[in-house]
Amino acid sequence: MRELHTRLKNLFPLGELTEQRPDLTFVTVPREHLRSLLLHLRDREGFTHLVLLTAVDWLEEGKFQLTYLLCDRARHRDLGLRVMIPRDAATMESIHEVWPTAATYQRELREMFGIDFPGSPRLEEDFILEGWNDIPPYRRDFDTKKYAEESYGQRPGRETHDPATHMKQQLYPGEA
Amino acid sequence: MKEELLKRMVKGPDGVEFEIEPLRDYYCEAAPTVMHGAYIKIVEDMFNWARSESIWILGFGTGCGAIEMRPLMTPRFDAYRYGVQWRPTPRQANLFIISGYLSTKTLKRAIRAYEQMQSPKYVIGLGSCTINGGMYWDSYNTIKRLDEYLPVDLYIAGCMPRPEALLAGFVDLKKLIRAGKGEGANLYAEKFEWYKANQKRVIHDWDMPDYNW
Repeated sequence: MRELHTRLKNLFPLGELTEQRPDLTFVTVPREHLRSLLLHLRDREGFTHLVLLTAVDWLEEGKFQLTYLLCDRARHRDLGLRVMIPRDAATMESIHEVWPTAATYQRELREMFGIDFPGSPRLEEDFILEGWNDIPPYRRDFDTKKYAEESYGQRPGRETHDPATHMKQQLYPGEA
Repeated sequence: MKEELLKRMVKGPDGVEFEIEPLRDYYCEAAPTVMHGAYIKIVEDMFNWARSESIWILGFGTGCGAIEMRPLMTPRFDAYRYGVQWRPTPRQANLFIISGYLSTKTLKRAIRAYEQMQSPKYVIGLGSCTINGGMYWDSYNTIKRLDEYLPVDLYIAGCMPRPEALLAGFVDLKKLIRAGKGEGANLYAEKFEWYKANQKRVIHDWDMPDYNW
């Protein structure tokens, strides 16, 4: 993976490199070079399979991190490409022409994180949620518990215990 | 609402234009009515005894509890010896087992399926999720109390309950039906407005008739 990184570095301006395992590496890529890098990896380096496309919400930094995980099946290695995009009015270039399966991930990301992918097929259709009327639920500023209590309401009588003190009382009743 | 459900003009193969309104054309909107028992108690008791021996389950697994129903269809647990069997369509079933968590998206399908079943019909809530949300108590898209949306006859607690618990549940349900307490369909008809209001509060894109059968 190191020599792959060295080779790619001559062609593209790559950012930070994280070696998770010998066969799994992540590298940060500027968004304008993502598409050409994906095509290069797919056609020249044997990374033919898009494993997943997912997002991380870095709320404090005001950024979304998109992770494109690619797999080289012949050499049993995975490469993750990280792209940081601004969180406000988040939008990203669609890659559904490179991998048609990406369209499904992009529909999911639009619904769960509110990231727009202009041009991606069936993007406007409901994917998992139907009739969602709040901010996208995977954004970290979405308060899941508050929403659940307001929308559904709990059955009275449900108790919540702190696991540590509860188990202490269960196991050592005299001491606590 | 989806475009194919909207009221619109269409052109038939013979060139004639006509108006269609899918939500009204294909469904009867009449609300459900309460079905009264037989004229004499001993006859109603006999009916109830017969009903309790013919439990046909709708094969619709809503959550992870569906996996607990599969072993019941095998020789090891063999639910068929209790007069219980699974059917692939709501039209042929009278017991709906809500097996585990119910997301609002699935709730919509569950309501449709329930309303299409024939009366008298029964609902079993399987697992903690149907009782109080279980481990999904703070989830943004899972309902917490099934009995607000469908008339539940029996709950089986556990996460997940074993197939044996389901068998015990069938036996208990039979006792309820024989005692004349399996009145879920009538309860649904009586409190129809209340159930509909609850259902519409959580299903934001209501795109079906109020009662579809």
